[in-house]
Amino acid sequence: MSTAFYIAGAVAIISTLLAITRINAVHALLYLLVSLLSVALIFLFLGAPFVAAFEVIIYGGAIMVLFAFVIMMLGLGHKAMAQERGWLTLTVWLGPALLTAVLIIELLYVVYSGPFPMIRVVPTTPREVAARLFGPYLLGVELVSVVLLLGLVGAFHLAYQLGKKERERKRGLHQ
Amino acid sequence: MSFAVPFEHAMMLAGILFFIGLAGVMVRRDSIFILLSLEVMLNAAGFALVVAGAQWREVDGQIMFLFILAVAASEVSIGLALVLWLYHWHKTIDIDKASSMRG
Repeated sequence: MSTAFYIAGAVAIISTLLAITRINAVHALLYLLVSLLSVALIFLFLGAPFVAAFEVIIYGGAIMVLFAFVIMMLGLGHKAMAQERGWLTLTVWLGPALLTAVLIIELLYVVYSGPFPMIRVVPTTPREVAARLFGPYLLGVELVSVVLLLGLVGAFHLAYQLGKKERERKRGLHQ
Repeated sequence: MSFAVPFEHAMMLAGILFFIGLAGVMVRRDSIFILLSLEVMLNAAGFALVVAGAQWREVDGQIMFLFILAVAASEVSIGLALVLWLYHWHKTIDIDKASSMRG
């Protein structure tokens, strides 16, 4: 059973690496989806089925569909791929990749040096999570609703301005 | 169900995913890829919280993950609206063009 954790973790790392190195945005999106699904699987192994369901529904469903919509709306296709090929040169990615590799090695060293016991998985039910969420964390839920409202208002404002500009341009063309 | 995994290995996985996302943010110039990499970073942070919650047998980690999920969803909706603006003005999604944005 513990082997399943390592397999899912390897799939997550490989698919995330592939996602950030793809030229085609849709391929990157699909690789990221695989990565999110493997993280959801690890959540199931860690005894958190409620969060695993949220990972699949919100991350793998809603957010990925939003990305897919924007990629389809822009419809850049081959033009964007040619542009990406020009940008992703060795000199561009070598510096950030080396610096990040140094940080990863440091982090692995720090984490590995601590004496930590094994995680003994005790599955939690959605009932326990909800009882805590709407008990001590009620204020947090209210704050999250404010954040979501701000996101809604912000997205609406940006889209409205864009539509207004477009309508003015069309009116100018007709006259 | 008897299942045990070393705490540090799960934390390492979260760290590796986070730094892959960080590298993506630094390397890419396409704004859609930068938003994708930000999603990877937020997801890795939430993963670390869930692992910590499993280690100390508390559901608080899962609740924090739900909060991060809400922040990620609102961040990505505004970010993608800004990408559409960028494309409308400059006919490109090169993030460097955004440095000339005013207001």
